[in-house]
Amino acid sequence: MLSRTAENLFWLARYLERAEATARLITMGQRMAILPGAHHREEWKSIIRVTGSQHLFDKDAVIRESDVVEHLVLNGDNPVSIRSCLMKARANGKSVRTALTQDMWEALNEGWRNLESYDVPQARAQLATILDWVKQRAMIFRGATESGHLRDERHDFIRAGCALERAQSVLRLLDVKYYVLLPETDVVGGNRDHYQWQSVLYALSGNRAYHHVYGGVYSPWQITDFLMLNRRFPRSVLYCYDQLSYRLGRLAQWHGQRRECHDSVEAMVSGLAAKTSGDIFRHGLHETVQRTLSDSNRLGSEIAEAYHFA
Amino acid sequence: MAFYEMLDRNGSVRECYAPVQHWVEQTGIGGLNRRLEEAEAIFRKIGITFAVYGEGGDPERLIPFDLLPRIFTALEWRTLEAGIRQRARALNAFLYDVYHRGEIIRAGIMPADIIYKNAAYKPEMAGFTPPGRVYSHIVGVDIVRTGPDKFQVLEDNCRTPSGVSYMLENREIMTRMFPDLFNQGMVAPVDHYPDDLLKSLKEVAPPACKDDPVVVVLTPGSLNSAYYEHSFLADLMGVELVEPADLYADDGLVYMKTTYGPRRVDVIYRRIDDDYIDPLVFRPDSLLGVPGLFDAYRRGGVTLCSAPGAGVADDKAIYTYVPDMIRFYLGESAILENIPTWNCAKPDECAYVLENLHELVAKEVHGSGGYGMLIGPKATKAEVEAYAHRIRANPSEFIAQPTLALSTVPTLGEAGIVERHVDFRPYCLVGTQLRLVPGGLTRVALTEGSLVVNSSQGGGVKDTWVLQI
Repeated sequence: MLSRTAENLFWLARYLERAEATARLITMGQRMAILPGAHHREEWKSIIRVTGSQHLFDKDAVIRESDVVEHLVLNGDNPVSIRSCLMKARANGKSVRTALTQDMWEALNEGWRNLESYDVPQARAQLATILDWVKQRAMIFRGATESGHLRDERHDFIRAGCALERAQSVLRLLDVKYYVLLPETDVVGGNRDHYQWQSVLYALSGNRAYHHVYGGVYSPWQITDFLMLNRRFPRSVLYCYDQLSYRLGRLAQWHGQRRECHDSVEAMVSGLAAKTSGDIFRHGLHETVQRTLSDSNRLGSEIAEAYHFA
Repeated sequence: MAFYEMLDRNGSVRECYAPVQHWVEQTGIGGLNRRLEEAEAIFRKIGITFAVYGEGGDPERLIPFDLLPRIFTALEWRTLEAGIRQRARALNAFLYDVYHRGEIIRAGIMPADIIYKNAAYKPEMAGFTPPGRVYSHIVGVDIVRTGPDKFQVLEDNCRTPSGVSYMLENREIMTRMFPDLFNQGMVAPVDHYPDDLLKSLKEVAPPACKDDPVVVVLTPGSLNSAYYEHSFLADLMGVELVEPADLYADDGLVYMKTTYGPRRVDVIYRRIDDDYIDPLVFRPDSLLGVPGLFDAYRRGGVTLCSAPGAGVADDKAIYTYVPDMIRFYLGESAILENIPTWNCAKPDECAYVLENLHELVAKEVHGSGGYGMLIGPKATKAEVEAYAHRIRANPSEFIAQPTLALSTVPTLGEAGIVERHVDFRPYCLVGTQLRLVPGGLTRVALTEGSLVVNSSQGGGVKDTWVLQI
């Protein structure tokens, strides 16, 4: 397979996953913004920060929902906006059209110019519908990939891109919201944090799964365990790492050759698997998230190098 | 008066159109228009679009599709096929000749200047013989019909004629939506075109290729207006679609960069113009090309389809000599006529053109896509004057032809069937043997009375049927 094809597939999956992650973030922001004390916590500002879009605003600017809709949903010039991610996913897909099935292509192509037609007030009025639609694009694509795509290396590059991006999106979310999980903030007032935790879980479609695993009790240790270390929840970091390791392992088999990225991913998996949430809090949640995030960034470059698209 | 292909001399429906006539009556105009919307939704969904540059609006447009097929009888096709094959052979013989001894010039049949001073002539090709002596591997011959038994060639396309994907998709849509029409097996299939293309490309593998040839389609990229076709053909042939950056040449061989490392490439069906394929030989400022590609080609490490410099055979000024080529190289007389053409490079012909411009169609010699042409009878006096001014300034850049009574075919209008002008482009494949699928692309001028069929200017496409009986 062409290296460019591998690159396009890997990034197509990442952009689509990223668009979905941003949609989920904004949904979470909406929930958090109506909780008591929202203004004080500057929820929308933290969401802008997760996506790395703070440079679009003055340092002291108060950020509102309309700003988020404008810059994270509609703004085609902001490379991390949903619109940009969907456009890039489609452009990547278009240039490897033959490596996708008809259904996968349709998932990318359907309504690809939808977001161009909204202005901010219109988009705000229909925000929930728009965000659902974005999530659906990604879900339809994954469904089409799961059910119809030939299981050769093309497939593994798509799935690897998806897993890497998803791990990073959870990490970025934790990076901004870590203080919500810090046990010390308990003193600030239990109830409010309870809702915030719920919102984080909600953003990752994890409420119900969380209850299945831990019963009805919210605690910072368990939520951290759930989002970082759970091997059965598909939006936990370790689950995504397991996926990555599996996909890269298959690539190594196809190619009959192991590269640096294969050793790295194994080290990343075993490193996390050996931890408990207690360890994580002892080392510092923030530091652990940061380190994991930078490991995963390095892994992305190593994959590109291994398959000649760096 | 234009010939209306649906009716015979007495005004009755010709037998070959009877099934379509019956179908239209049964379905009704409203019903057909509803089905047309369905068809467009399918085209849009699978992404059959072409890109339009710099006009605003939707950057990826559909070519308008007309539901009513254009029909040729088996007998008509026999003539067309013989004429097309003959032309493809003569054009390739001509290309071999102009890059070797130039016998046609020595024989005094063609002047040297219009060949060797032509921008499409590539001196770098002189003395080199491509595998199978094939220069133009896909010859697209644009044909118009001007009477019941009269087919004429409008122009030849020897570089990389496009549009064949529409031929295949139009048929696909028609058989998917109206299977009953094809039930009786009357219509000759065209679906084997991609197989034929791959066979033809493999037949011209370079000397350095010892195994099953690795074929690729080379595209400028996904922003190119014909990108859909590039990916479509690569897909149907089961070969890689590569961009220039995916290739590199090393010591006379060409490789593509894959996840397994470099892999040899033997035959490149390139959809990039000569000037942009290799910055070391052609345009040095080209960002698109593959440095060293041409060297590999001349050393027999890779085959380029079409050969660089093949465009010299389809130039509008060279076109007037094709009947002479057929006589000179094949010893035959041309089965398909040319359209009388005045070459403004010749002073007496130029004078005639300037005098009669309001009745003629004038074109730029190097123009394409229907741009930069003047249709005399449809132009205002001022437009004619302005064009005459351009011709006077640069006579050798222009040719002119009579305004043709292009045939019309039944086309679906909102209120009923209307007559619209069409042309026809079949695709003749040239490997060690010739291959021609029974069909081609019919382009239709959707505006009433218009003679311009180019998709960039409001033209549409139709399925083209060649009847087997």
